Amino acid sequence: MSTLAIHNGRVIDPALGRDGIADVVIVDGRIARVGPNEGDAVVEAERIDATGLVVAPGFVDLHTHLREPGFEYKETIATGTAAAARGGFTTVCAMPNTSPPLDSRAAVESVLREADASARVRVLPIGCITHGRAGKELAPAGELAGAGVVALSDDGDAVADPSLMRHALEYSTRFHLPIAQHCEDPRLVRDGQMHEGWVATRLGLRGRPASAEETFVARDIALAELTGAHLHICHVSTAGSVALIRAARERGAHVTTEVTPHHLTLTHEEVAFGASYAELRYNTDAKVNPPLREERDLEALIAALRDGVIDCIATDHAPHATSDKEIEFDLAAAGISGLETAFGLCMRLVHAGQVDLPTLIERLTVGPATAWGLDRRPGLEGLGTLAPGAVGDVVLLDPAAEWTVDPAAFASRGRNTPLAGATLRGFVAATIFGGNIVHQTERAVAL
Amino acid sequence: MTTEITTRMTAAAAQEAQAGTATAARAWNHTHVLDLDDFSREEIEIVLDLADRMREILDRRIARVPALRGFTVVNLFYEPSTRTRASFELAGKVLGADVLSLSASTSSVQKGESLIDTVRTMRAMRADAIVIRHAMAGAPYLAATHTDAAIINAGDGSHAHPTQALLDLYTIRRHVGDLAGKRVVMVGDIAHSRVARSDLWGLTTMGADVVVCGPPTLLPRGLRVSDRPAHAESALPPVTIETDADRALEGADVVIALRLQSERQEGGLLPSLHEYAEHYQVTERRLARANPNHLLMHPGPKNEGIEISGPVARGSHSIIEEQVTNGVAVRMALLYLLSGGTEPPGGDAPTRTADGDARR
Repeated sequence: MSTLAIHNGRVIDPALGRDGIADVVIVDGRIARVGPNEGDAVVEAERIDATGLVVAPGFVDLHTHLREPGFEYKETIATGTAAAARGGFTTVCAMPNTSPPLDSRAAVESVLREADASARVRVLPIGCITHGRAGKELAPAGELAGAGVVALSDDGDAVADPSLMRHALEYSTRFHLPIAQHCEDPRLVRDGQMHEGWVATRLGLRGRPASAEETFVARDIALAELTGAHLHICHVSTAGSVALIRAARERGAHVTTEVTPHHLTLTHEEVAFGASYAELRYNTDAKVNPPLREERDLEALIAALRDGVIDCIATDHAPHATSDKEIEFDLAAAGISGLETAFGLCMRLVHAGQVDLPTLIERLTVGPATAWGLDRRPGLEGLGTLAPGAVGDVVLLDPAAEWTVDPAAFASRGRNTPLAGATLRGFVAATIFGGNIVHQTERAVAL
Repeated sequence: MTTEITTRMTAAAAQEAQAGTATAARAWNHTHVLDLDDFSREEIEIVLDLADRMREILDRRIARVPALRGFTVVNLFYEPSTRTRASFELAGKVLGADVLSLSASTSSVQKGESLIDTVRTMRAMRADAIVIRHAMAGAPYLAATHTDAAIINAGDGSHAHPTQALLDLYTIRRHVGDLAGKRVVMVGDIAHSRVARSDLWGLTTMGADVVVCGPPTLLPRGLRVSDRPAHAESALPPVTIETDADRALEGADVVIALRLQSERQEGGLLPSLHEYAEHYQVTERRLARANPNHLLMHPGPKNEGIEISGPVARGSHSIIEEQVTNGVAVRMALLYLLSGGTEPPGGDAPTRTADGDARR
């Protein structure tokens, strides 16, 4: 019997409405007891002093690119999950845009095998909606469900054909899998490189209009209502999309959604300007799809995150090699390596008084877990909470600690972040996965 | 190289150059020429004043001075271009520089020869200035962050074409002197025009009132001040936007017609070239609304009968050919300034400063 006792932290467990000083005791990989001085009652245990720290359920990321198999030069399951551990994430859902893509049982099983061998945290694979993510024919959802996928997505590419999308949604209901769509109409995006607006005009870059996202959000909501399926809208980024999702949920449509830390905090100005407007740049590290938007979009996203119209925060961790980014803007790969900066970046909202800490933690834990029903999967009961019997995934946070983002120190192979050199306030002190410490800093000392 | 140049200079010339540095170096502060958005009025005037002297050299019976002897210019063109490339080649040759022109294709980029590699290789071969034309916006900026050779942007995607803008400013100045308060109207495909973007910066910095005119599908987003947040008011030049060409041309002192690419029709941005010409062609009838002494310009190559009528292009107000000649003079001035030169080269004594060379 192995026991881990986390002493004297401020335990925030949004699912149970708990917020106060307590100990958390994990026995044999599951939460055993949570309460004041509960740790003292345990005789033989490994102990961590969490005095001055926040203790919360481990974070759940519904949108991670681990790149393996096929793009190991960008990231592997080992490095990506090490980055997850450093970022406080104990569960990551792996997107299927690998090579080969995850559109068969064999491909999914190979990821699960590799995860068993090398992952630092839990990896839940996502299967493709269509064969080869080509948007032509449905991938075998039943076979993929049997192999253990938790959702279906052609992420990076939207299923553009409305009829195929309708059938994908309809068919998915048999297997209770959410369809996670990257909502951007490729025919409106064309070869757009960044958000269409004044910054794109300044840089002479072709734009991706907000309406390219909003038209697909509107279309897919209508299709979800037609079919009664579960539509999950990936990385929502515009005020218009938020309004559509809000209305759909008021009507009772089964629509869930996520937002990324970067869409909540950074605007399209990040692409062109550094500290001042004086020097122009083409910052490929801020190139991401959907693109960074405008301040009014950020305001709408933050409000929706606060009031729960947006269910959760997902990183869209998209690691790339330097050779993918240090080239002409048009040729550069889109995406941000986000797992290791997610918490610190989101804490900007808390420090600015826009979101309170328990709400932020909710959107990183029980929010995503329940959005996809992960907490009802066998073995994952109580995921995203510190309820007795839940998996022993815990994160220790220092919400006030300042640190400087140094991509060279990332566990991820992807050093592509627009935050290099930025100071973030909010730090992951330790991460515990299934009762084992998978990330620890000097802020979380053993007793 | 420093030693070579210094010994070639007479003591007097060196002294003169040193004295010149004190004033010119303070004002001219560019390692690269990427766009005009970071040029002050004073800096633009330094270029135009020097272009005047270069124009004199160009108009000599034997247009050749050795001011850039030992200076190597590489033209790196990722996009086909006849006139800009020829203009840079001639500008370098008139000043005695070694000029090498390379046509690179974007396909070689995709074969793994990156822009950064190419630029570094050219620098390793001792290129002093690299002139880049590229179909993708920002390519010269990428080059500039990876080399200490002087990078000159000869047109990057839809973004900027600063040497064209400087030659436009120079040509206008030769005719009207001060640009302050002059109404300059650009007509055509504003959204995809790098010339328009750089002209906007240059013209507004020199105090002109600029009007851009085109069909709504060819106007870029965010150009209206009201489309930007308050803190970004000055992030783009102040400009009046007009979709009616007749109204735009009212009282124009300078009219710049922009080239219309036929792809715009294929891309669904225009119903037809015929309809475009009907509404936006710069014609004698439309120009009747302009200032009677207006100037008519075009960055070339022009499509007569589409964005500009033949009679107007060849008419008495047209200074299109002069723009081409001035282009060489302006590029001479830029190469000279980037080489570290300060005083205008009068005869055959090079007057680059030791300081300027040490930088290379």
